Amino acid sequence: MSDFALQLLLTFDATLRLAAPLILCAMAGIFSERSGIIDISLEGKMLSAAFTAAAVAHLAGSPWLGVAAAIAVSVALGLVHGFACITHRGNQVVSGLAINILASGLTVTIGIALFRQGGQTPPLASDDRFRPITWWLVDGINQIPLIGTIYRELISGHNALVYVALAAVPLSAWLLYKTRFGLRLRAVGEVPEAVDSAGVSVYWLRYRAVIIAGMLCGLAGAYLSTGQGAGFVREMSAGKGYIALAAVIFGKWRPAQAFAACLMFGFLEAAAARLQGIHIPLIGEAPVQLMLALPYIMTVLLLAGFIGRANPPAAIGEPYVK
Amino acid sequence: MSAAPPLPRWADLFLLPVLNLLAAFFVCGLIVLAIGENPITALGVMLKGAFIFPGSLGYTLYYTTNFIFTGLAVAVAFHAMMFNIGGEGQAYVGGLGAGLVSLWLAQSMPSLIVLPLAVFGAALFGAAWGIVPGYLQAKRGSHIVITTIMFNFIAASLMVWLLAGPLIEPGQMSPQTPKFAAAGQLPSMQSMLGAVGIESANSPLNLSFLIALAALFGFWVLIWRTRLGYQIRTVGQNPEAARYAGINVPRVVIITLAISGALAGLMATNEILGVQHRVVLNFTAGYGFTGIAVALMGRNHPIGIFLASLLFGALYQGGAELDFEFQSITREMVLLIQGMIILFSGALAYMFNPPVARLLARLAARREAANV
Amino acid sequence: MAGAAGEQHGSVEPPPAIELRGVSKAFGLVQANKNIDLVVQPGTIHGIIGENGAGKSTLMNILYGLHRADSGEMYINGALAPIHSSADAIACGIGMVHQHFMLVPNFSVLENVMLGSEGGMLLAEGREETLGTLKKFADEYGMTVDAEVLVGDLPVGLQQRVEIIKALKGGAKILILDEPTGVLTPQEAVSLFKILGTLKQDGVTILLITHKLEEIMATTDTVSIMRQGEMVGHRATAETNPEELAELMVGRKVLLQVDRGTSDPGEVNLSVSGLGCVSPHGSSLISDISFDVRVGEIVGVAGIAGNGQSELMEALAGMRPPSTGTINILGQTITADGQSDPQIMRAAGLAHIPEDRHKFGLVLGFEARENAILGYHYSRRSGDGRLIDGAAVTAHCRELMSAHDVRPANPQLTARNFSGGNQQKLVIARELDANPQVLIVGQPTRGVDIGAIEFIHKELIALRDQGAAILLISVELEEVLGLADRIMVMNNRQQVGIITRAEADEQTLGLMMAGITPDKGT
Repeated sequence: MSDFALQLLLTFDATLRLAAPLILCAMAGIFSERSGIIDISLEGKMLSAAFTAAAVAHLAGSPWLGVAAAIAVSVALGLVHGFACITHRGNQVVSGLAINILASGLTVTIGIALFRQGGQTPPLASDDRFRPITWWLVDGINQIPLIGTIYRELISGHNALVYVALAAVPLSAWLLYKTRFGLRLRAVGEVPEAVDSAGVSVYWLRYRAVIIAGMLCGLAGAYLSTGQGAGFVREMSAGKGYIALAAVIFGKWRPAQAFAACLMFGFLEAAAARLQGIHIPLIGEAPVQLMLALPYIMTVLLLAGFIGRANPPAAIGEPYVK
Repeated sequence: MSAAPPLPRWADLFLLPVLNLLAAFFVCGLIVLAIGENPITALGVMLKGAFIFPGSLGYTLYYTTNFIFTGLAVAVAFHAMMFNIGGEGQAYVGGLGAGLVSLWLAQSMPSLIVLPLAVFGAALFGAAWGIVPGYLQAKRGSHIVITTIMFNFIAASLMVWLLAGPLIEPGQMSPQTPKFAAAGQLPSMQSMLGAVGIESANSPLNLSFLIALAALFGFWVLIWRTRLGYQIRTVGQNPEAARYAGINVPRVVIITLAISGALAGLMATNEILGVQHRVVLNFTAGYGFTGIAVALMGRNHPIGIFLASLLFGALYQGGAELDFEFQSITREMVLLIQGMIILFSGALAYMFNPPVARLLARLAARREAANV
Repeated sequence: MAGAAGEQHGSVEPPPAIELRGVSKAFGLVQANKNIDLVVQPGTIHGIIGENGAGKSTLMNILYGLHRADSGEMYINGALAPIHSSADAIACGIGMVHQHFMLVPNFSVLENVMLGSEGGMLLAEGREETLGTLKKFADEYGMTVDAEVLVGDLPVGLQQRVEIIKALKGGAKILILDEPTGVLTPQEAVSLFKILGTLKQDGVTILLITHKLEEIMATTDTVSIMRQGEMVGHRATAETNPEELAELMVGRKVLLQVDRGTSDPGEVNLSVSGLGCVSPHGSSLISDISFDVRVGEIVGVAGIAGNGQSELMEALAGMRPPSTGTINILGQTITADGQSDPQIMRAAGLAHIPEDRHKFGLVLGFEARENAILGYHYSRRSGDGRLIDGAAVTAHCRELMSAHDVRPANPQLTARNFSGGNQQKLVIARELDANPQVLIVGQPTRGVDIGAIEFIHKELIALRDQGAAILLISVELEEVLGLADRIMVMNNRQQVGIITRAEADEQTLGLMMAGITPDKGT
């Protein structure tokens, strides 16, 4: 296998690792926004979950307990969002922003109180985090050229949460399009009056949507600190929640398309990391910053209708007043 | 929908904001308590750090200056019912405008020419960064919130590229521009007061504080005394009525966002022209987002915005003091308070409305009964 | 009356399908329903008639659980039914077809019909059954709709059909229809009433909410009349007549005896020829409209709501650019490719009292004085200088308020806090103050109390006599007949014809509104 092909394969591998939290958050965003609740608090929920997962994993010595606690905290923040936006009909953007800022403050404040390490958690021991899972037959299939390498590098060897993220996509699609809950959820984001008139509670549907969004963000956060990383670092979500939001829009609020957008954005990030400081013939130094900004630029262009059209759910951002 | 009686004006303007603020502080106090520290002591330390210690007032007002600009930026857009969440990016790019003018002219021109141009440059670049989302909202129907969020990140990437590349100080590694010549620096308050014979402690407070005060007044004139302000408010409260009145709604939206971006851009006069004297990475430090809290708390009115800016200025300066006095609470506490204030004064703004209205109605009824 | 439902002892008569006792509901300070009693027998079509804002929709929303009554009781088929949500109503066998359809436009017909009764956790489980329901409705009632089509792509009549199927799919025996013909063409309305007749034969009890007398007379068995939140009468349709119903609805013997005087039309101030407008999506909103309005005359525009009147008004006011034809105001011509803007129209001498004061005419959160310069914010009214002169604005508003009897005469009171009549008077005051040569006015007395109605009508006549050309658009036929000197009738987004007041009576106009051109010897 040529060096270039191997490099490409490794980039794809990195793409998957970088895209996993985006995928989970994007699915979270889809559930929330399809129900009519704008969710810019993906970032804050993920950050809080990352801290919780690392802290609990460290203290309890189990990554699974860490995930459970991360989900609980993220869902709790989702419920705060719901309480403000659904029950009290507050501004959804303001509420989401409040949660993001709260998360920035809370993670560091509690982190310092607990660990006295400037807001970080202590580095996690190997047993306290999610380790790569080596699939069976890797050694056997590895003998086959190309396929073996792909199997070893790309398919095998990720931690459990990456596979959870990949499974979340078809699961979300199934839930949205094939179940009663999904039908009602999609309806409540378009014409909530129709759902109410059909005898179904608008509020409870939307609460369930923010709870699901909280669970998915919890997984994403846990992945950052106990899967991809080994411990919590302040501000470690680093805008990934917003990129996921961009992916939701780019994917036109649909799981499969949003998944594709996450992979594309993940690939841009992976490629930018590999091309840092490298001179490319004809182009010169690799435009790393441009590549990193590309998800945002493309989302702006898409929203403006310059490349296709993205129509948000009709009732998004509107509090439901009976 | 249980019909609560309408709230008296004074309660709406004063009682509720104060209640929301108290609720935010109360929850933060509980968190401090949970951490194992005394919230009252912490508050005392912050107040001392913000107002009492020598030079602390200057620092507090220096932070206040930032928040006045970003708060006004958010407020002017709110009057047109536009949510400009991009103050952070507009301020950042505004810094570029101010920096370019100072780098280019300060070597060769006197400050009387350079500084007005640099201030103008900050406003112009900020306006440019606001006008694009405004245009996309008005003409292409893009959601302003999403576009301005995206523009924050695009600005961040752009500035990293510029500061680490074309604009980097030659021979240095850190991503920042060379220092401006003296003609490109705003005079500090200390030197200005010294010139008229008043002694004051050293602080980063500078001339831009006065620009901020002028902006507060200008904002009031704009919104409530000019025809443009009238159009902005009409578009915000009833765009259909605006159309009926012959107001060009897209045009007003674009102009509003330009003004909003310009005000955010002016924040750079304080940070870049007044304090850093060079363009540095991430000098906006979240002040743009704090502007949202300021506008929400200040009810989009200059007086309210000034008071809210002062509060946040005191929090930021006092919060720094926490680092010295406590082991387990730090200045990040301020982010927590800020988040709580946005939550209670913004998202949950009307939570206390019905109970307070009912209580006041009951009190009024009792008073009436006693009078009969 | 009390306890009637419970005391059907020995009688073979079934209990009433619906019985309401003392139902009241207030929104803030507005009493929308006051102590309503209502009895509807099973298997009948019962009409509820009243003017806009009489409280009909509120009452039906209470019955369907969308609003909760402040007090009162509801009995369904003789049993006390505490209906607190639409789920409760559905469980009681009540279905409702709302005025604004409760449909998801980007869902298929099938998905819309399934919503709320999916038949299991998975959509696949209930799919066949719902398709069966659709087939049943197609076979038994001729209500055919394609299950896979997106509802948003259907014409309004078919959308309403989906609404009816949704309401009845669970075997509901009580069907509420709220102003069902407001959006329908006459043909669609005919087919709707045919369906309702079949449903009635099947034992369905139908509650028909409308403000159209002819529908009540043509289709119902019994009728209840509402006025200003109160139930003012119950009648068997066969024993009443339109005059009596109208009198009960409006609450006085003769509707509109405006002293119109004689008009003395002079030169043409407003001339429209071949005017047409298209929507941004390209569908025709109005087409081929031509008429003149002369100095000193009122031309009325009659028609069923939604037949292009609103679009005509907006085009004349400069809010909607014409796509064909010309508008000539006092010699200034607006063409399809020229500039069209409300400010240009105002400058040309036109004033516009919009048909919806809350949507267009006022900024409810503004003070009265700020509303008094809306559209005139660049005129002298807001001061001479570069800045708005607050004192001048206040003084001007105070003058307007005393000249046009706006109460309370407080320029600093927020517009929201005025009554409907005084809000309307404020709008009229603002527009008349410009001394318009041409006035276009839409629904001038909608939601306005009687005293204010007379005042407003007198003001319009006075303006006419001062030499203005007035175009009056109203869905209230009585208003058009009472005020207009000539009447243009619109149907299906076109003009059917123009007749003089002397030629006009309700019957002629009714035919024209249905699209039938009167055969005149012209």
